[in-house]
Formats: sequence, C-alpha cells, structure tokens
Amino acid sequence: MSDFTSSFWPMFITVISLAGIFGCALLLWITSKIKASSPNGDNTNGHVWDENLREMNNPLPRWWVWMFIITIVFSLFYFAAYPALGSYAGKLGWSQAGQYEQEVAAANKALAPLYAEFAAMTPEALATNERAKAIGERLFMNNCAQCHGSDAHGSRGFPNLTDNDWIHGGDPEKIKATITNGRVGMMPPMAAAVGTEDDVQNVANYVLSLSNSTHDAARAALGKEKFAVCAACHGADGKGNQAIGALNLTDNIWLHGAGEAAIIKRINAGITNQMPAQASKFTPEQIHVLAAYVWGLSNNAGAVSMASETAQ
Amino acid sequence: MTTKSPTESTDKSDTASEPVIINLYAAADKIYPRSTFGFFTKWRWVMIWLTQIVFYGIPWLEWGQRQALLFDLEARRFYIFKLVLYPQDLIYLTGILIISALSLFLFTAVAGRLWCGYTCPQTVYTEIFLWIESKIEGDRAARMKLDGADMSGKKLLKKGGKHFVWIAFALWTGFTFVGYFSPIRELAASVSSWSLGPWETFWICFYGFATYGNAGFMREQVCKYMCPYARFQSAMFDDDTLIVTYDEKRGEPRGKASRKADLDTSKQGACVDCSLCVQVCPTGIDIRKGLQYECIGCGACADVCDTVMDKVGYERGLIKYSTQNAINNGWSHHQMLQRIVRPRVLIYTAILMLLVVTLLTSLWLRTSFRVDVVRDRGVMARLAEGGMLENVYRLQIMNATESVQHYQLSASGMPQLVIQSDVAEADNTVTVSPAASRWIPLRLQIPDGSAKSGSHPIEFVVKSTEGNEQVSEKSVFLVPR
Repeated sequence: MSDFTSSFWPMFITVISLAGIFGCALLLWITSKIKASSPNGDNTNGHVWDENLREMNNPLPRWWVWMFIITIVFSLFYFAAYPALGSYAGKLGWSQAGQYEQEVAAANKALAPLYAEFAAMTPEALATNERAKAIGERLFMNNCAQCHGSDAHGSRGFPNLTDNDWIHGGDPEKIKATITNGRVGMMPPMAAAVGTEDDVQNVANYVLSLSNSTHDAARAALGKEKFAVCAACHGADGKGNQAIGALNLTDNIWLHGAGEAAIIKRINAGITNQMPAQASKFTPEQIHVLAAYVWGLSNNAGAVSMASETAQ
Repeated sequence: MTTKSPTESTDKSDTASEPVIINLYAAADKIYPRSTFGFFTKWRWVMIWLTQIVFYGIPWLEWGQRQALLFDLEARRFYIFKLVLYPQDLIYLTGILIISALSLFLFTAVAGRLWCGYTCPQTVYTEIFLWIESKIEGDRAARMKLDGADMSGKKLLKKGGKHFVWIAFALWTGFTFVGYFSPIRELAASVSSWSLGPWETFWICFYGFATYGNAGFMREQVCKYMCPYARFQSAMFDDDTLIVTYDEKRGEPRGKASRKADLDTSKQGACVDCSLCVQVCPTGIDIRKGLQYECIGCGACADVCDTVMDKVGYERGLIKYSTQNAINNGWSHHQMLQRIVRPRVLIYTAILMLLVVTLLTSLWLRTSFRVDVVRDRGVMARLAEGGMLENVYRLQIMNATESVQHYQLSASGMPQLVIQSDVAEADNTVTVSPAASRWIPLRLQIPDGSAKSGSHPIEFVVKSTEGNEQVSEKSVFLVPR
C-alpha cells in the first residue's frame, strides 16, 4: 500500500535510491582506476599551506574499499528484502504496522498467564488485588482519564465514577457492559410536552426541590403536576431509571450543570450524551480488570465486607 | 611505483623532476612491533593493569543487596554505588562527558596524546593481544619468520593457540561489558548453565568480536583511519606541548659510528641508524621524520633508543619527551617544564576545575526524589460539592532512594487553597516504593468566586518524611469565566 496519492513519489524514491547506489559503485570504480601523480616524487601532492604543511598522497587501505563494496551489496539485498523502493513491499513483507502488531502480540502473550489468573477472579477480589489495581490504574490513566479525569471525578457531561451514583448501573457486570459497548444517554427536548415557558420554569423548580436545592417553593408546587411527562423516564419519585440511563434527580448530583438555568436549558433543548464503545481497544480480560478497578473506586474493601454482611 | 624508505626521502635529488604514480588504494602492510623495556613501557603496563583491573573488577563489587555499578536499561535505573539515577538525570552524564573531553584537551595540551598511548582501549587491548602473541609466537623476528613459513603442524599449533587465547580473552571482555548492564553474577550463572538470553548472547559475542577484531587484526588501522580523536588531538598541540621527539640536531647526520668516535670532533650524529625505533613502533612510523599524525605517543621508540644509546655509550634521550620549542632553541629540561604553565593550560585547568566543582556540588545538593506536575488537560476546572472550584493534576514522584519513602504533599500560591487526593493517606502523605516512580492524581480546590477568572500561578511542595528534603514544582490553577 502506498501512502502517496500521486504515483510520482514512489517512482521518485525508487529512482534516487537506485541512482544513489549506482552512483556510489561508479565513483568507487572510477577512483580505483585513477592514478595520482606526485609532482615532487616525495609522496605529497605538491600543495603547501602555512609555510610547511604539505598534503600527503597516502593511499586508502584496501580493507576500507572492501567496506564500501560490502555496503553496496548489503544495500541491494536490503532493497530487495524491505519496502525501500517506492511502493514495492519487499520480499520479507515487513511493515511498521506489522511490527507494531507483532510487538503487541508478543506483549499480550507475555501477559496472558497474568490475565488468565485475573479472569478467573471475581471483580470484587480484583478490586483489592494490588497487581490488578496497578494494571487497572494504568489502563484507566491511558484510556479513560482524558474524559473522566485523572482522579475519575469526571466533570460536566462526564460522570464522576467515584460517587456511587450510577447512571446505567454500578455492579461490575453493568460497568463491563458500559466499557465494552459504550452508552448513549438521550433526553429529548421536552418544552412542548411540558407547556409554556412558565411551566418549564415551574418544573425546573420542582426538580430542584427533589434534592432540596435552592428553589422557589411556589413554582415547585405548580410544577409538580407538569412533572408527570418527565416521570415517564425519571420515575414518579424522580429517582431515575438505570435501564434507560435516565438520571436520578434527587441526589444533588448534576451531570449537566446545577441550578435553575441549567435545568431549564435541558428541558428546552434536551441532550444526547455518549460514551464510546471500547471493545475494539481492549481484550475482554483487560475490560474485566478495568471494570473491577472502576468498581473499586466507589466500593472499597470495607464496603465489600459490609455489603456481604448485609446480604447475609 | 616506488616505495621510498625513510632514509632515502631526505635525498631526493635524483627523483625530484619525475612525478611518481601512486595507487589510491593499497593493501595495509602488517606491522610486527618488537617488544620494548624501559621507563615508558613500564608506565604503559601500569596503566594497562589499572584500567583493566577497574574494567574487569568493578561489575563484581557489591553495594548492599545489589551490584555497585549497574546500568539497568530495561528498568531505566542507573545504580552508581550510593546513587540511583533516572533517565531524567542525563545532565550528569553530559557533565561527565564534558569533563572527560576537557581533560583530554588539558592532557593533550600538556603532554600530547597521553590518552592514546596509555589508556585508550584500542591501544591497551592491542598491547595485551601483542603480549599474548609474543608469548606464543615469539618476538618480531620470530613472528615474521612464522608468517613467512609454510603451513606446518607447529605453525598450526602456534596460530591456533594464539587465536584460542585471543578469543577466550575477547569473550571474557564481552562478558564483563554485558555485566555492566545485566547483573554479572546472574550472568555468570546463566553462562555456566548455558541459559543466556538471545540479547545477552548477541552482545557478549558482538563486543567479544569487536575486541578480537580490533586488537588482533585492525590495531593501528583503527587509530590511523577510523579514530576521530587521533585527528583532532593535534589541534590541541602547540610548540610547548611535550611530544615524543627525535633530537635532529644531535642525531644527524646518522650513520654507523665507531663506538670510540668522539661526537664532538667527528662529523657523525648520535643516531646509529639501527632502525629499532621503527621496529618497535606499534603504528609503523619513523619518529625521526618528525611529528606525525600516526604517532600515538606511547614512547616505545624512546625506550628502545635509550637502550641503544646505553650500549654505544652515548648520552640517553636522542628520542625523548620534549617540546618543539625546547628542541629548536636548545632549552634545558627546566626551561622546557616552566613553559607547561601557559595560558592555554591554565584556562583548560580553570574550566575543568569549575566543571568538576559544579558537578560535585550538584550531585551533593541533589534531592533523593524528583517531582513532575501534569495538569489534566481534558477539564479546565469544575464545580465540586460545597461550592468549591476544582482543578485536577497528576504528580509523578520518583523515589531515587532504595527504601520505602513517604512524601507529604501541599500546595500554595492562592488563598484558601485546599489539596485533596483519593490515594493519599492521612495528612496528604503518599508512599512510594524503593527506586520506583508513582503517579498521584489529586485535586486543588478554592471556594468558587474567590479568585478572578484566568490563570493563577501556584506551587506544589513535596516534603520527604524520611529524608527531610523538599521539592517545589510550579503549575497553574485555572479559573473559568
């Protein structure tokens, strides 16, 4: 495969490469035929600088000439074996991408026993395993921290992963599904369904009242009735629905901004928020380790034992 | 073409008018240096022993639980006795290289190519290989005779024996070299159990082959045609530089003089033209032609000439360490040595001392850990619980000690600045393993609205609990509009 759009460049590369090699060989051949003359017969070429500095005509050692010849022969084999001549792929079929894939495959092979060990462990056990945590942390730093932040606390539009408030579900299997397939959270513009501008503001104040945030109580009371259209997704109590990714409105965590103005904007304009699927970037074992790490961010070892006690 | 012998070159009346045709490429003539004894030879062997004891011995030294000098390329940690260096400490390597270069300048300005003659691995290994060669094949004449003789059982035995010892020595050299990068005791165990890794095998053989080829076969060809130092060292010379010189005034006209002849009354010079100075020369030159770029300043010719002078009953020092000025002006030894103290030497010495002191001071003041701050770029700033405005950072803390260390993090530069980290222990302290580096994600918070929008310079201060040292790193806190 050629990286050039014009077929001129592969030809150009081929021509200057071959011409260069041929030129070196020619120069070597020509110079081996020349005899240098020494005008004074004293092995100097007659040039004198700085009063008495004379240039000697000492011959080049023959082994040095052999190195030139070896270099030329080597380069011809090299040209045949590797993609050196324009778009010619080379007999060895080597490519940068191929070498990268080889190295990744070798690294994966070396890590396979470790990942096999991790795959056999439960996410809860992995979350307390120091080696798994270290690998999970590196996977997170290199792949997740760009959006969710180095400390995993997220920011506006990017969920905080440490607060135990889960949009699509927070058990390890759900986290695994989120990483593997990504998620799309979609809220349609609701202004028309809610009613007038005033109605929208009332509903916004009702939403604020759910988490005891600063709100206008009178407007909130008026908005309660109109909230019915929101309840379809967010639930009658406003606690959201993890199955469809509807946010919990009662916990004072505001993914898309806190306060009346931000909420009015969301009701009017809606929002589509997406986490891209990561399946093509990771092996299932890596996702297993990463999911356990993310789960462990909000479920420390103490929480695990408490949870299991409660279950009993 | 005619090859002119050194003595003929002074007399060129018969060929001056005719140009001589010289082939551009020529086979190199093998040089058979005769062994020497004397002052300079003794010093060469002292330097050979010194450099080789250091080279072969150092990897076997232990420091605590590890090798004292180990360059662990895979882990990117460089252990030099007490020091643990990171790739970030490259400046020290730069410093050492500059100091080495300046030392070379200084020594060369004072006494010519001391480095070449006494310490350069190329010369040192050539000397060792020559010694092995002369022990097995005999001295110059015997070697020349052996090379000229037809192949026989005896010749095969001698040649084979020599190459066997050479290769064994070269492989030991390769093994030692790799031992600087891969723990030498484990390496020795892998060698004895035939379980060397492919790269270790390659580098042992490669370095062994380089030693065998360069010291056994290439020898002076390396100095004459490959070495850049050989060429630029002459730029450090001046007329007061001590060099191996032939006292032409005293020596010429050369010739076989009667031992009884009084040099003052006869027209003969002191040089008896025995050509021993040419025979002992490892680069095959005739020192009597004056200073040449091939001369590595080993002093073998001076040693051998002194023994000849002793034999014929003349004063020693026809070939000696002297300076161009001393020879031309007939200075005494004392006058010549006085000129060592001259501006060039003083300036080199001053710069060298300055650099050495700077390097040592910098190593002395070096903290036992390093800190890098990386501000999260994905998020400028964000609102957090309690009306706080947050910026996110990652601190990389590199522990350059060999024990577990605790570091206390703090930040300053804005009023009411709070530091928070999910991975920190009590009192914002973090733990870093020995000779390891760790990334610490953390947040800085200020009350929202307490600073005007824009970039505010702040500073992280990391204090080591054990070492009682502290490192400050600058960063910025961004407040959005």
